[in-house]
Amino acid sequence: MGNSAQHTLDAQALRAEFPILTSPRADARELHYLDSAATSQKPRRVLDAMDAYYRETNANVHRGVYEMAAEATARFEAGRDAVARLVNHPREATVFTKNATEAINLVAWAWGARELGEGDEVLVTLMEHHSNIVPWQIVAGITGATVRFCPVTPGGDLDLDAMRDMIGPRTRMVAVVHVSNTLGTINPVEEIVAMAHAAGALTMVDATQSVPHMPVDAAAIGSDFLAFTGHKMCGPTGIGVLAAAPERLEAMEPFLGGGEMISDVTTEGSSWNEIPWKFEAGTPPIAEAVGLGAAVEFLEQVGMENIRAHEMEVARQMLDALDEVPGLTVHGPGDIGRRGASVSFTLDGVHPHDIGQFLDTRGVCVRAGHHCTKPLMRHIGVQSTARASAYLYTTEDDILALRDALVACRDWFGAA
Amino acid sequence: MGALDDLYQQLILDHYRNRRGRGRIDGASASVHEHNPVCGDECFLDILVVDGRIAEIRADGDGCSISQAAASMLTEAAQGRELDEALDLVEHFRLMMHGEAAPDEELLGDAIALEGVAKYPVRVKCALLSWLALRDCIADYRETVATGG
Repeated sequence: MGNSAQHTLDAQALRAEFPILTSPRADARELHYLDSAATSQKPRRVLDAMDAYYRETNANVHRGVYEMAAEATARFEAGRDAVARLVNHPREATVFTKNATEAINLVAWAWGARELGEGDEVLVTLMEHHSNIVPWQIVAGITGATVRFCPVTPGGDLDLDAMRDMIGPRTRMVAVVHVSNTLGTINPVEEIVAMAHAAGALTMVDATQSVPHMPVDAAAIGSDFLAFTGHKMCGPTGIGVLAAAPERLEAMEPFLGGGEMISDVTTEGSSWNEIPWKFEAGTPPIAEAVGLGAAVEFLEQVGMENIRAHEMEVARQMLDALDEVPGLTVHGPGDIGRRGASVSFTLDGVHPHDIGQFLDTRGVCVRAGHHCTKPLMRHIGVQSTARASAYLYTTEDDILALRDALVACRDWFGAA
Repeated sequence: MGALDDLYQQLILDHYRNRRGRGRIDGASASVHEHNPVCGDECFLDILVVDGRIAEIRADGDGCSISQAAASMLTEAAQGRELDEALDLVEHFRLMMHGEAAPDEELLGDAIALEGVAKYPVRVKCALLSWLALRDCIADYRETVATGG
């Protein structure tokens, strides 16, 4: 299987950059890591950049006058430059957060808690991750606003006709996921943003599963807010990004208060630092920003177009391989042009947890559960699924190991 | 498949494929509905109490092989026991799953086969779901009786 003519990326060669994929494991099992939608593995240069920062120039950023502090600040802010460049967004409107969840919470609190009121509506979708549902529910509970859910079609797409009907004069925010972490669906966010803006609503795009895997142009999408996380794009945990429209950030009050985010503090009150630092209270994730900067440089060298092309090929291999497993159902689009390489499935007679446990004995790492998308699970009528998700280092060998392990799993549990 | 045999003993697979005590009880003395937030697995547990004993116990719901086998084994182990005795049984099982008690085969019956699950922290919750539901079910029953409900 496979059409190598389309391949512009050598996954096997890239694996050499990832220590975890090349080091012998204690139990001698070969590692088939198919859980990159949960977190990606890290290339050596990211580990080295963070290590070098701590060993060579660890100092707190911004106000230090000594040279080492200036160097720390330069490496930290270079991380911001890299991230901003990757998604084509102004650096001053690129805010570092703890993760994508915190980026969404920042907007829910700094904008929503102040601007929403009785009768206002926040429109999310049934395929959102809990991180793009729960912050809105909490803020709606305080403000009297309502959270509405755009339905998903049986084919695993957003029902855009329904969305068009649901967006109205009461809609203040449309919050939508770019690529579903469960179904793999790629949503037409540019069209949705235009639809929302035409009705006077703001927009939040959860780009957590798109930025690591395909070219994402924040300017072209045009949303007011776009959130993603570092650890799914070859970077470290503990750092996320909010790419926001500069004028929104200027107009918003801060989210968290403390050091770094102020211009002046008196006993009477405080004034705020310039953006983006107005939204970065306290010592930021410095080593993490350095690591994320190195991750972005790695992704740029590989090429986001090449990563997308590779993952389309892997998604095709995965769908073909899963099709060979009797009793297996894929939940999500079958058209690789409209999906990422994160594939959810169920196997007749075998619970996803049992699939995950069995596959582990063959070194195949998949996720099992509701994937933090419980409203979607209820909507498609399953309690949980198993999910295999690929990245730039995924090879056909990984996919064949998945297929063989699933066939063996079915036999082991005696599924009819 | 050493690791798998350890976790999925034949007895567990047998209870998974041929569930004992499955279903609901019409006119149950007490019922609880619990779920595992990790995986969304659900358990409905009903008991019928006659003269201070569990005259009938049934478990329903969907879940993985461990949770389903554990529920099946629970209905066998708890059937006919006095309520305090049943609570002691649940506590002994809970301690075994946390590696804090050596299993008492006479008390546990087939459920002793779940001992190996203790080595898999994520799966311990699967095994405990129905057993802890019985503890809550007995507490609900006693509260209802105490308040004359």
